[in-house]
Amino acid sequence: MATATTMLPASGSNGLQRFGLWARANLFNSVGNSIITVLFGALALWVAWSIFKWGVIDAVFVAPNMRACQTAGTGACWAFVGEKWRFILFGRYPYEEQWRTAIVLVLLFGMTGASFVPKLWRRETAYAWVAVLIISGVLMWGGVLGLVPVESDLWSGLPLTMILSLLSMIFGFILAVFLALGRRSNLPVVKLICTAFIEIMRGVPLITILFMASLMLPLFLPPGFSVSKVLRALIAITMFLAAYQAEDIRAGLMALPKGQFEAADALGLSYWRKTKSIVLPQAITIVIPPLVGNLIGNFKNTSLVSIISLLDLMNTTQVALVDPNWRGLTSEAYLFLGAIYFVACFAMSRYSQWLEVLLNKGKRR
Amino acid sequence: MATSGVADRGSTERSSDTKIWNNPTVRGVFWQIVLIVAVLGSAAYLASNAIDNLARQHIASGFGFLNRESGFDISEKLVQYEPSDTYRDAFLVGLLNTFEVAGLGVVLATILGTLIGVARLSPNWLLRKLAQCYVELWRNLPLLLQLFFWYALLHVAAPGPRDAWNPLPDVFISNRGLMFPTPSADPSHKFIWIAFFVGVVASIGLDWWGRKRQEATGKPFPILAASAALIIGLPVLVLLATGAHMTLDKPVMQGFNFAGGSSFSPELTALLIGLVVYTASYIAEIVRSGILAVSHGQTEAAGALGLQRGLVLRLIVLPQALRVIIPPMTSQYLNLTKNSTLAVAIGFPDLVFVAQTQINQTGQAIEGIGIIMATYLAISLSISLLMNIYNARIALKGR
Repeated sequence: MATATTMLPASGSNGLQRFGLWARANLFNSVGNSIITVLFGALALWVAWSIFKWGVIDAVFVAPNMRACQTAGTGACWAFVGEKWRFILFGRYPYEEQWRTAIVLVLLFGMTGASFVPKLWRRETAYAWVAVLIISGVLMWGGVLGLVPVESDLWSGLPLTMILSLLSMIFGFILAVFLALGRRSNLPVVKLICTAFIEIMRGVPLITILFMASLMLPLFLPPGFSVSKVLRALIAITMFLAAYQAEDIRAGLMALPKGQFEAADALGLSYWRKTKSIVLPQAITIVIPPLVGNLIGNFKNTSLVSIISLLDLMNTTQVALVDPNWRGLTSEAYLFLGAIYFVACFAMSRYSQWLEVLLNKGKRR
Repeated sequence: MATSGVADRGSTERSSDTKIWNNPTVRGVFWQIVLIVAVLGSAAYLASNAIDNLARQHIASGFGFLNRESGFDISEKLVQYEPSDTYRDAFLVGLLNTFEVAGLGVVLATILGTLIGVARLSPNWLLRKLAQCYVELWRNLPLLLQLFFWYALLHVAAPGPRDAWNPLPDVFISNRGLMFPTPSADPSHKFIWIAFFVGVVASIGLDWWGRKRQEATGKPFPILAASAALIIGLPVLVLLATGAHMTLDKPVMQGFNFAGGSSFSPELTALLIGLVVYTASYIAEIVRSGILAVSHGQTEAAGALGLQRGLVLRLIVLPQALRVIIPPMTSQYLNLTKNSTLAVAIGFPDLVFVAQTQINQTGQAIEGIGIIMATYLAISLSISLLMNIYNARIALKGR
């Protein structure tokens, strides 16, 4: 019903007249609507102007510290971002070695971008992923090829956020496939274990799983055997994501017509052969949009590792704000951080909408 | 994987099918036993490690600590609590705080989300686009970042109590939090509550009777107007009859801070704003898709039957839209409740915050995390149980 009003007269009239007609149809078609337009238009303009004035006109772009910033202008102090962007992005990773994490970032972003292209959904891309992950691991840890070794406790900022979200995505998806199959299994014990795992993970907040990994896991390991903080957080996020993705995949399994299973059985295929060649390719294609939705959520969720004091993007920003020279510039810092998260999440959600249209093309009549 | 080879050759080597390890039932039982042994074995191994570790670090186990004195104060509490009270009391305070945030958050997020969801479908282009901007903006930012932002805004950017923002009469926002007026207590108020409950019970009875009558005679009963009159009218009548003891306790500037009225701390205010703004963006999309899910033919058919516009909305559109809206809405409510655990990041004393303090003090991480997990599991599972019952009731009766 909303689209009916946006129709325009097909011919005649110049741009201004056409805009007038359009405005009349969509903004001023009744007294009530006119009031709403004026009211909300004024509000939107006021908000936009205030932000523009604070962020651009009155802003200070170069200053040695906060005090200089405050004397130079009343608006935003972007000098803070100019001073701290490198710490926010790369954190405590040794300064001279940060080129290594920069290369890792470029590699990971490149591979993620390439994986978004449906034409590249094939075996070679998977091999390329394996190669990129190995190279990234070598660059991050170092200790070989003359690279200085770097403890994983020093990994921080955007590379850490990317590594956590990408690895949890890959391992989480694999685990999710098995959990979904297990929950649909005829074997009662398998079904029970998978269902219990999924329901417990989905029933509790992520922060409790992270607490479990950071506070409880060390208690369960034999003495002298320790797991790094990054790996513990990765395990927690992976298990959490897997439970949600397993439910998506299960929906896909349930949506598959029974005839597909029966035809595979009639061909005499074994369970794993049937699952690998017939069931999963179809079931997963159906649920790609919700899976991508979960990935967006997972990317946002990685920010929670800052609560268990991992130095991810969120936490490096918090640390940067503690600097006494730049204290109190929270709006600038959070806007900078928000812009990074927003661009990534918005791009992914737009991609998921585009993908949904693409995947439904064959079904449309 | 080892089984696939057998299946491939199945037609040529039929004799192999008779071997006992090719019997699917036997194989199923075998693998399940292997799985049970593996799970129980690793559980036992981990448990024995834990027992050793706890003994070595001299950490007690069991829930005995619940009866011991907690020794820490909690800044916000809905019930009486002192540092000399037990851990059990501390957990109760935390749980009540969680419920407070979740309850207020759910109500406010529903209102805001519904308004924005309806605005998304407005014939007004500007309103539609603004609502869309709202949804896109808040959905694509991590909730934790939003909480930090609101908290910093209240804590750092907001003025002191002396020049507090005053958005509504008698409502103040300052770096001490949100101050708002509340009705001051009066002994006559208990009669108002009684009148309110009488009104609710009478409305339920009237609804039942009205339905019966409509089934028997076909005459509809104006239940909405009648129950509104009962639920609102009765308490107002009682209020007037008892002499109208209704004074507002307003926040007033006294010395360096406000006195009187009620207040939310900056932590609670930031947490509420963050949760409501974030969840509303999801609720808006649910409401929008729910309304769009009712096909236009339904409205037209109802109009053709001669139903008035109000009745069309109430009898045709809403019941069908709610069928689509309610299940995802419940999961958003659950999400809001689970997301309220991010309170630890800005220092609002919810259940997780109390548990974290307890873990730091006693070192008993397993018990502390166990309590949080059990609580959230209980909430989640009972809500999903209710949802399943509800879904079974409203499901379209299939052929």
